[in-house]
Amino acid sequence: MSVLVYTESENGKFKKAALEVVSYAKAVADQMGTTVTAVAINADDNESLGAYGASKVLSVKDDSLNNFNAKKHAAVIEQAAKNESAKVVVLSSSADSKYLAPLLAVGLDAGYVSNVVEAPSSTSPFTVKRTAFTNKAFANTEINTDVKIVGLSNNSFGVVEASGSASVEDFSPSIPDSGVNVESVDKATDKVSIADAEVVVSGGRGLKGPENWGMIEELADVLGAATACSKPVSDLGWRPHGEHVGQTGKPVASNLYIAIGISGAIQHLAGINASKVKVVVNTDPEAPFFKAADYGVVGDAFEVVPALIEKLKAFKAQNA
Amino acid sequence: MKILVCISHVPDTTSKINFTDGDTKFDTNGVQFVINPNDEFGLTRAMWFKEKQGASVDVVNVGGAETEPTLRKALAIGADTAIRVNTEATDGFAVAKQLAKVVKDGGYDLVIAGRESIDYNGGMVPGMLAAMTDANFVTNCIGLEIDGTNAKAVREIDGGKETVNTSLPLVVAGQKGIVEESDLRIPNMRGIMMARKKPLNVVEPVDATSETSTANFEKPAPKGAVKLVDADNIDELVNLLHNEAKVI
Ligand SMILES: Cc1cc2nc3c(=O)[nH]c(=O)nc-3n(C[C@H](O)[C@H](O)[C@H](O)COP(=O)(O)OP(=O)(O)OC[C@H]3O[C@@H](n4cnc5c(N)ncnc54)[C@H](O)[C@@H]3O)c2cc1C
Ligand SMILES: Nc1ncnc2c1ncn2[C@@H]1O[C@H](COP(=O)(O)O)[C@@H](O)[C@H]1O
Repeated sequence: MSVLVYTESENGKFKKAALEVVSYAKAVADQMGTTVTAVAINADDNESLGAYGASKVLSVKDDSLNNFNAKKHAAVIEQAAKNESAKVVVLSSSADSKYLAPLLAVGLDAGYVSNVVEAPSSTSPFTVKRTAFTNKAFANTEINTDVKIVGLSNNSFGVVEASGSASVEDFSPSIPDSGVNVESVDKATDKVSIADAEVVVSGGRGLKGPENWGMIEELADVLGAATACSKPVSDLGWRPHGEHVGQTGKPVASNLYIAIGISGAIQHLAGINASKVKVVVNTDPEAPFFKAADYGVVGDAFEVVPALIEKLKAFKAQNA
Repeated sequence: MKILVCISHVPDTTSKINFTDGDTKFDTNGVQFVINPNDEFGLTRAMWFKEKQGASVDVVNVGGAETEPTLRKALAIGADTAIRVNTEATDGFAVAKQLAKVVKDGGYDLVIAGRESIDYNGGMVPGMLAAMTDANFVTNCIGLEIDGTNAKAVREIDGGKETVNTSLPLVVAGQKGIVEESDLRIPNMRGIMMARKKPLNVVEPVDATSETSTANFEKPAPKGAVKLVDADNIDELVNLLHNEAKVI
């Protein structure tokens, strides 16, 4: 009857999103008077999940699961859910979890709600708040099936520490064949991805050309941030498509979003609104972004950004 | 190769989002509806398969009669036949059930849908459809080549991309990158005229109960005013981000 949570790891180490979904699962389990079981695939430090509220960890070690495969990973979680008679399954909003979630939903005959931002307002009926219309609204949605799948929006619930310890059990599910096989993975290992980033530094057409991105990267570097851009910037080929954020690009839900030379069109804002603190740098005081931001600097990016880099370096040196 | 492109009919990206009936219904007043942007990228890729590889391309929507102009637009872009499953799209699961029937009846080899619809943003219909029809599935698809029954697809992942080999029958959920923005086609007069004569078949739904239901909608709380910092005083910005916002 426990709440099952899928905890993603990379190179054996749990991702921050994994700790967040465990924290969320713990809140749901408390509401339902039950406990949290995590399912972890090829992770090393399984006991550590106890500190966020997991009572039990089903540890799967299988080399055929080293590359993410939606069908195989969904099958593992499905068997874990059945094993635990779980009524609620919690997933993150990573690209991988969003890939496997609908497969898992069909496998478990479970209703699935994605982009959930809060603990359930009620567990009977099971009602969750999710974003809709690309962050322009919220929907309070009930899941009416016996088994329920919640896809938690990244950075919406936060990581909450609990005092507890987790027992670890080996779990050896059967792994199905998959008709989709990874041929190659092309991933920058030295860069923070937008999905995992606490801070995102984003540039728009106001930066005039790709040759001016050096200062954006340097600012991102100082902040340990991911870099992003507006849609025209990627359409013009100034930056890779993977950096395009907004309603038709990637969603951003970072703690801090710094927009430089971005006007703040409705489609851009829709995709980044879930970020907690927004800073805008723009020469035009009438730019719509100022209405959506927390902090603003009316000024030339080519002066403000270098100054900000310098001040942040000084700040870091002082607080190191 | 028989291709089916799933078209969701969504409010234009510039739409103001409002609700009526005690915040239980989306207010369509003054709202312009369009082909979901992710689906438009997928449809454009399908047109490439039609022109270069002789594929047939049908489009489908699960929805009421109000979605027909959107389907006509897809026909004007170049699809051969449109299908409308005549029922309200209540949730992702119910839509996938309807689409699964269309896919089985039509014997489609390749289904192209969108990564997510910009209204409901479920990101669930294509994956559910793949699972229901026992097809292979690739989401966040930013590249697709078909050779006989073999397929090579590129998927955007967090922080990069991955190339996968798979085979038909296949469902892909596409997004910008499966074709470029500059590849998108604006229907011309001839296309619009031809679309009027192309078949738009209305089919009756199969039984499918929703698994989820939305009780009501809410709008985000209005935002407080922006705090402006002087461009000569960037120290103050660092100070605010550290001491007030506590994000650095
Ligand atoms: C269907 C559809 C979907 C879309 N989806 C998205 C999306 O997902 N994401 C997205 O971003 N856009 C999207 N757009 C595009 C959106 O409408 C805007 O066109 C786009 O966001 C504008 O990008 P921008 O702010 O970089 O450029 P601009 O609008 O050109 O703004 C540049 C800004 O830079 C400022 N500036 C100029 N020089 C300087 C300087 N030296 N220092 C500081 N500031 C300066 C200017 O004052 C201006 O505000 C979409 C559009 C459509 C139609
Ligand atoms: N009512 C619908 N009719 C046809 N296709 C749909 C419908 N709803 C969603 N889809 C397809 O599924 C994709 C993802 O939608 P969603 O799961 O709602 O985010 C869309 O981009 C469409 O391709």
